[in-house]
Amino acid sequence: MELITTVFIAKAIIVGVVFAITLGVAAYSTYFERKIAAFMQDRIGPDRAGPFGILQPLADAVKMFMKEDFIPANSNKWLFIAGPCLSMLTALMTSAVVPFGDSVTIGGATFDLQGIDVNIGILWVFGIVSLGVYGIMIGGWASNNKFALLGAIRAASQNISYELAMGMAIITILMITGSLSTKEIVEVQQNGHWNIFYQPLGFIIFIICAFAECNRTPFDLPECETELIGGYHTEYSSMKLGFYLFAEYINMFISGAVMATLYFGGYDYPGVDFVTQQFGSNVASFVGVGALIGKSLGFVFVFMWVRWTIPRFRYDQLMNLGWTGLIPLAMYNVVVTGFGILVGKPFMVSIAGLVLLIAALFVYDQLLVKKKIA
Amino acid sequence: MEISNIWYFLSALTLLSALMVIMSKNPIHSVLYLVFTFFCISAHYVLLNAQFLMAVNIIVYAGAIMVLFLFVIMMFDLKKNIPESKSSLTKLAGSVVAGTLLVILIAIVRKNNIPAPLGDKFNSQTGMVENLGQVLYGEFLLPFELVSILFFVAMVGAVLLGKREAGERNF
Amino acid sequence: MNYQPQDFLPIFVQLAAALAFIVLVMVLTHALGPKRHSAKKDDSFECGIESIGDARTPISVKYFLVAILFVLFDLEIVFMYPWAVNFKQLAWNGFYEMIVFMGLLLAGFIYVIKKGILTWEK
Repeated sequence: MELITTVFIAKAIIVGVVFAITLGVAAYSTYFERKIAAFMQDRIGPDRAGPFGILQPLADAVKMFMKEDFIPANSNKWLFIAGPCLSMLTALMTSAVVPFGDSVTIGGATFDLQGIDVNIGILWVFGIVSLGVYGIMIGGWASNNKFALLGAIRAASQNISYELAMGMAIITILMITGSLSTKEIVEVQQNGHWNIFYQPLGFIIFIICAFAECNRTPFDLPECETELIGGYHTEYSSMKLGFYLFAEYINMFISGAVMATLYFGGYDYPGVDFVTQQFGSNVASFVGVGALIGKSLGFVFVFMWVRWTIPRFRYDQLMNLGWTGLIPLAMYNVVVTGFGILVGKPFMVSIAGLVLLIAALFVYDQLLVKKKIA
Repeated sequence: MEISNIWYFLSALTLLSALMVIMSKNPIHSVLYLVFTFFCISAHYVLLNAQFLMAVNIIVYAGAIMVLFLFVIMMFDLKKNIPESKSSLTKLAGSVVAGTLLVILIAIVRKNNIPAPLGDKFNSQTGMVENLGQVLYGEFLLPFELVSILFFVAMVGAVLLGKREAGERNF
Repeated sequence: MNYQPQDFLPIFVQLAAALAFIVLVMVLTHALGPKRHSAKKDDSFECGIESIGDARTPISVKYFLVAILFVLFDLEIVFMYPWAVNFKQLAWNGFYEMIVFMGLLLAGFIYVIKKGILTWEK
């Protein structure tokens, strides 16, 4: 009982720290989003609040709080409030299973730097992500605004469609690892055996789905200004709107961490052994935490980069990509990976599969173009 | 804290939220309560150490089927479809049927002595995904393959149900 | 690994933290900020055009079909998780089993696409 209590307190501290890091990173993502956007458009970006505008997130928060909290007369009041709260809750609950670092030993007791290590680790993420639809749908419906409803329904359809391809993309990871536990998935990838080398196609599918799940450009149709005013958050103001936007940034960071865990070796980094020998395993673990957060932030940067690179999809294009594009692709990937593992050459077969796919697409494209000209 | 106390608390919470599903006037509230009920049931699975079932319960029931329910509710025109309140005779008949069912269920449970798992043979890791997969893809292979045919039929059914009728007005 | 139910306890810490954060922010945002009401302002926003009816209108059956298909495919994917975890033990037999399963899934999928359920242009 004594041991369980100690472990529980340690885990509670880890969960609390991860929670704080998540909120902090999400807050500063809004600042960096604007800075990066400014850089890409040859502007300066926010620079008034503090040096280099570093206090901008604080100023934004104060502004959000001081705005009028507006609830439309014919809306459904409690559901209107519940919408953004649910969105935020689902965004905040995923981080528990991400392994942030290897184990550290303090005072003779060894702790894993991970909130919970459970048998179904990665499925916990998927379960919570699949609940993300509720916040959007309930908010959009409760607004009692036609545009909000349309935006909500679109967002919900988009999220559930891309969840399928996402679920199929990780099946290949499970085949390689033989476990659903995130800790084990990372441990298999130690010493540079990152899954990205064995699963390039799976990673491409997964990152596309991550973009769609976070409602980021090029998949931000639910809130596309030109057609639907503000999408599902048309009627929202003040911190309720802030919750929807903030949840998006939290989701970005968490999906970056999940992608790093699944495909980029988690807390693995080149030279683990060297650091362990020089400074001991505790320091090596904390450097690993830095490596994981660095990788996640790298993905957050990719999210922002893509926003200013690729234009938005049309709705039918989006649904076609999700259903007729990514799902068959993910199934193809499962078969190729399975064959590769059974033959005993996972790396060669996955590369061969990718080359074959590109060749097939190229031939198909050529034939289709010929047909169109003729 | 004693584990049975957790169980009692969880069961009370489950029953309460399940009652709220049928007692709330707004169907969207019902959906939210039902999602919460599924979470309570998932917590029961955790207590039984059936972790894979817990995750699947959340993904499939809370994450997929309830989303479908929400879509259906939003498709209805709520103002037109308010069910008229039942007559007192119907209410009486309903409570008699439900009460009888309750008595029968309790009698069944009391009559059958469900054996407790033996301490030395009990394996706490039975509910993990690895063991489940070995049983599902070894012993129960045929039902598994038949399930895929069931899914195929369900797809055809969904397509037939979703046929658009002429003159419908919607978004 | 020996997995036990108490592994899940830290989740409640996270849930408590998340709920506390959400409730605090919601109370604050309702307490702060001005409150000004008028009939026109409290109306739903539709770009200044007077709104006719409300948003409690039936939506296209297409979305409903997407949701049904999502439930079906989601179930199939759930069936694939235990298989994938045991893939190396099941070896070639498991591979063929899954080929049959995915073949039927693909057949249903092609049927759905041929029926034009997922074409949105019409």
